[in-house]
This record gives sequence, C-alpha cells and structure tokens, in this order.
Amino acid sequence: METLIACLDQVYGNASSIHQFGQAAKRRLEAARRQVAALIHADAAEVVFTCGGTEADNLAVLGAVRAGRYPDPGLSKHVITSAIEHPAVLSACGQLEREGVAVTRLRVGSAGVVNPDDVRAALRPETVLISVMHANNELGTIQPIVEIGRIARQAVVPLHVDGVQALGKIPVDVTALGADLYSMSAHKLYAPKGVGALYVRKGTRLEPVMFGGHQERERRPGTENVPGAVAFGAAAEMVGRNLAADAERMGGLRDRFENAVLGRISGARINGARWGRLPNTSSLHIDGVDGEALVIALDLRGFAVSTGAACSSGAIAPSHVLTAIGLGADGARSSLRVSLGRANTAAGVDALAEALEASVAHLRRISVHA
Amino acid sequence: MPETDQNSGAPPIAVAMSGGVDSSTVAALLVRHGKRVVGLTMQLWNQRRLPELAADGATGRCCSIDDVYDARRVAEQIGIPYYVVNFERQFEERVVKPFVAEYLAGRTPIPCTLCNNYIKFDRFLEMADAVGAWQVATGHYARVRFDEASGRYQLLRAVDAAKDQTYFLFGLTQAQLARTLFPLGEMAKPSVRELARGFDLAVAEKGDSQEICFVPNGDYAAFLSAYLKETGVEEPRTRGPIVTSDGRALGEHQGVHHFTVGQRRGLGIATGEPLYVIRTDAATQCVTVGGDEELRCGRLFARDVNWVSIAAPVGPVAAAVKIRNKHHAAPATLCPTGELERVEVVFDEPQRAVTPGQAAVFYDGDLVLGGGWIE
Repeated sequence: METLIACLDQVYGNASSIHQFGQAAKRRLEAARRQVAALIHADAAEVVFTCGGTEADNLAVLGAVRAGRYPDPGLSKHVITSAIEHPAVLSACGQLEREGVAVTRLRVGSAGVVNPDDVRAALRPETVLISVMHANNELGTIQPIVEIGRIARQAVVPLHVDGVQALGKIPVDVTALGADLYSMSAHKLYAPKGVGALYVRKGTRLEPVMFGGHQERERRPGTENVPGAVAFGAAAEMVGRNLAADAERMGGLRDRFENAVLGRISGARINGARWGRLPNTSSLHIDGVDGEALVIALDLRGFAVSTGAACSSGAIAPSHVLTAIGLGADGARSSLRVSLGRANTAAGVDALAEALEASVAHLRRISVHA
Repeated sequence: MPETDQNSGAPPIAVAMSGGVDSSTVAALLVRHGKRVVGLTMQLWNQRRLPELAADGATGRCCSIDDVYDARRVAEQIGIPYYVVNFERQFEERVVKPFVAEYLAGRTPIPCTLCNNYIKFDRFLEMADAVGAWQVATGHYARVRFDEASGRYQLLRAVDAAKDQTYFLFGLTQAQLARTLFPLGEMAKPSVRELARGFDLAVAEKGDSQEICFVPNGDYAAFLSAYLKETGVEEPRTRGPIVTSDGRALGEHQGVHHFTVGQRRGLGIATGEPLYVIRTDAATQCVTVGGDEELRCGRLFARDVNWVSIAAPVGPVAAAVKIRNKHHAAPATLCPTGELERVEVVFDEPQRAVTPGQAAVFYDGDLVLGGGWIE
C-alpha cells in the first residue's frame, strides 16, 4: 500500500515518453517486471503486464491459438483444456469454438485433478495449445503440470498454465513446470486489483489480442499502469520472501478448520482431493444444506465465505467445477468455499467453525434444502 | 436517513427488494423506523435465456441487471446488508412450467399468484428464516391484521383501491401471513413516491412494473414458443377450427393458447355483430365464439380454495367475488360442495367472461375471505 501511494504521488510520467519523468516511470516499471519475473524464475523480458488475470488468460489462449501453426492447414485448429478451468480460459475457448477452433475439455474425476494420460490421448496433429491451470480456484487442487509439460514438449505444443490461484501460495518455477505461458494476477498477492501479467517464454508464438501502441514489446498496447505494476512487483518480492512460512501457517489453519468441521458437522466432507492442495483453500460439501443461505447467514455474522459462482447480478449459480467433479447441481448447491488469508488466525478459524456449526444446525432445523 | 444500528441484536426484517420504487421505499421506511433490515433480491429468471425474445425496447424484463443495480444502490444508500438470492430453479418449476402447461391446456393462468404462493411467500420466507430474519416485508399493496376474536391473521384490501394487489395474494396461509409486513397497504401510490423522493432514492421516479415479469412485451404466445423450443418440447399441433356454439365453422386459428375467454380482437373473422371467444378446448383445439350474451355466466366452480380471513365455512356465505384482476367484485353466494377446497360460486347477476385458469377471490368489504382457481 505504501509503495502504491508513493508511486501515485511521485511517478506521474508516461513510461513510454522520452522525457525524464517518463524515464523515471519506465525505471520503476522495469524494476517491477524484474521482481515479478524473479517470483516465477523467469527472465524479465518474458513478463508482459496486463490489466489482470482474465486478460492474461485471454491473451494466452486467443493469442497462442491464433498464432499457432500445424502441418495440415486444411483441418481446424485444436485446443486441449480442462472442464475445471477458470471462466477466463473456458470462455476464451468458447469464443475460439465460435471462430471454428475445435476444443477438448478434459473431464476430471472426483479428486478434481487432470490426468496427464488424458492430455496425451487428446493430442492431435492440429493441436496448437494445451491450457491447464496450476491450481484450481475452488478446490485448491494442484494439477500435474510437470507431467503435462513433458507431454506438451514431446508433442511440440505450447502449454499455457493459468497460475492466478497458485501464485503466492506455492513455489512457481516456469521452467521446471515446462510452461510456455503462465497467467498471474496481482491482487491475489495483496496488491491492488486491476493488474496482472502473462509470462511468455522466449520463442513462444503469440499474437496480440488488442491493437494500439508498441508497449510491452508489441504484445499488449496501452499506456502502462505503472503504479499498479510497481505495487505488483513489491508484493511479488514480499510474497517470495515469506512463501514457505506463510504456506505452512496457512495450511495449519486450514487443517485446523477442516478437522473441526469434519469432526463436528455430520454430513460434511471435503470436495476434491484432500492432499496436493493449495494451503489456503477449503471446499466443503455439507449434506442437504443450501450453500447460498449459509453464505448469507455467515456474512451477517461477520464471516466472508463463498459458494458456487457469482452471476452478473450477484446471485449464485451452481459451480461448473463442482458439477465437473461429479457433485451434480444439488451437491454443488450444498457446498461452501473458504479461502484463508494472511490476516486469519487460529482464533478466527475456530470462530468460523463454530458459526458454521450453528448455522448448519439452524438451517437443518428449519429444513431449508438445497 | 437517521442513524440505525444495523448491527444491533434484534433479528432483522428481510425486505424483498425488486429495485422498484415500492420495495425500495419499504426498506427505507423500515430503516427510518429504526428496524434492522436485510435486503434480498430474488433472481427468478435468466434473461439470457430465450434471446430471440430480447427485442430492442422490450418491456417487462424481470431480474434485469439494471433492477439489481438499482436495488443494490438503494441498499447502499440506506446502509443495509444486501444479497441477491437465486430462485431460478424454483421459479421455473413452480411458476414458468405451470404457466406454460396451463396455456397449452387452454386456460389463462396467473403466474403472479403462483409466484406469491410458492416463491415470494414460501421460498423467500424460508430464506429469510435461514439468514436469521423472522419477519419479511414486501412492497405489495395489501393489509394484514391479526383478529383477536377469531385468532386469525386477516388479509385486507389496500387503502389505495387502484393499486390493491389482494387478488394475487389469496393463496397466503396463516403461517405466511403471521410473518409478513405490507407497509404500503395504508398508503396511496403518490404518497409512496413522495416518500421515496423524501428519502432521496434514485428509483423514486422509476416506472411501475409490468404485468407478467418474465414475458417481454406481454407476448405470452411468443414466450411459449421460445420456451418450448429451448426445452426441446415439440410444440403441440395447435391449428384448429373457430366455431359458433351451434357448430358453424367460421375459420381456422393457430392454437388455442393464442386465445382467452372474452377476447374480441385477433379472431381474423369479419362478421356483422362483435364476436367474442366463449371457450377454448385444448383437447379438440376448438375455439368457440359467440355474441356478448353468450359470454355471460351465472356460476363457477373454484378449486384449491384457500380460506384466508375466515375458517372454511360449513354453509353458504354471501360475498363479493372478483374473477380477474380488473374485474369489479360482484355479489355472489359461496356454496360448499362437500368436496374440501372446492366451492361453487353463484352470482346474483351473470358475469362476463368467466375464464378458466384465473382466480376467483372472495371479499367481504375490504376483507379477503379466500379464493380459488376457476375450473
């Protein structure tokens, strides 16, 4: 926050201008780029700033597919993705489909993890992109990116990894992962909303999706959001320093919360695999309880949790991720998602577990079924 | 707006907020009176469905993003917690599907009453309870009072006769009425707008809502076609004859669901005297037409009768009966049939256009005795 305010105050030059104010802004921007690159073990020249994770995903998916080449131009291009991707990837794939691209959405089992063998089996000569997320935003399940990366390299197909949810929670090394494109969002690192970045490995073919000036090496036109990028850079550096300790603390709190819930609320279980998850995410299914009512009841008690996916109105629709792991619409409606953050404490998660127990008991008493 | 402690310990009142002037004013009024309030907007229908109906300038679009935006803005302004709750599934099952089925069966349904019975005063009450609110308040124009003598909650017409909505509320049970507040029942619409202006609500000048919220432009036939197409149901063969009651064929029509009893326009027949739809028959796809005198009917049977302000009577009861929203309640006698929840209504004078599928609502002055569905 201090970085952002200082930057808003001092850096008013346009980073693309020749004058000294502009040069000062440019210096700050490039320093931020190095900080973000360091967090994912990339070269600064491979980081393209965007206005957020959604834009990074769109640039990666649309840009890589449109630039993609394959032996037989008579066939339509093909993309492999999974059914549990974020809407930013799924909707971009949907748009490509309307433009004539074939899309395979790999199904996942109840664990909520993509099977690398399915990726291999889905490959076609005309496949121009594989897009699989690093960790699922609802379940927290970490995907086998290293194996998928190996398959992608063998097939010479670029791999996009949506890392929005994973970044800052687990270590990221884009080379070790075998990712050619890696999406990031700043606000997940406690930086302001409205900034993100796409890692583009050197040599990866990518067409821009917006057109204008020459910023970001001609990949993302528009005057750079210098204060946003600087805050992103500062947050990246801070997160990188505390990653292991934060993960351990958060995982401990999450397990404490889940153990309390599983022990005290009958018919509660964890959605997706319990192991191999991000340390801060907990997706719970509670038999026969309406998640929407639960979220509102908890919010009125001061606990911000979520369920499903918000519609444009703010109403809640059953989550495509939960239906993809086999919960069905009713099961998805009886689910609750808890994301822990830096500010949470043991006392806080204990209070949440207690409030949850009380709310579930109340809902069951008045029998509001999902 | 005076300061209200929205975090006080009292259980909140859940206000059903549509984004319109009435329910917004209800929320603001309750806050003004020091009540703790939670605003809830029911998302009932996904406007992205049936895109072919989304013509420019379409009216009657419920649950639009604009309405939610308005409701949210009011909630922010008066400082109450606000949520949108998704009842799309229940709305489709309990309101839209029966609406479609009724039309296809040749009747003229009232989805608003189904919505009140099964969504606004059923599912919504459940949700209110779920989030810790016992009472609910809506912007309906009607009055509820508890009658010590009978121990019943009574439903009364609104003071503003032009806005009275009790015709759509006859299905409310005692348990539902016990938890319901209608703060606008004692007010006239102009004074509600005046209040809204006084509260400085941005929706103070917003137009009144349309008749059937999920049917754009009131074109229910277009809605039916689009809905059946989307749900993969083949539209039933609907062409049929237009005949007089003595069996003369006058022409052909495109489906009984395009017609409602009493309808005069759209028959596509030129004759000397005005012709009206007398009845429609979904089984034979036959539309019977005739002159004004044939439209009159002296009695009707009402099914699924709900008694509101009085317990089910054992003998005949004199009442004024309203057979559609714009109908002027006509004097009649309510006769129990021996079948529970079925009543014969015998009018003092024959009434025009008794329409199957509409409601017959029984009044005694301002008091709503009960009501049922016309067979």
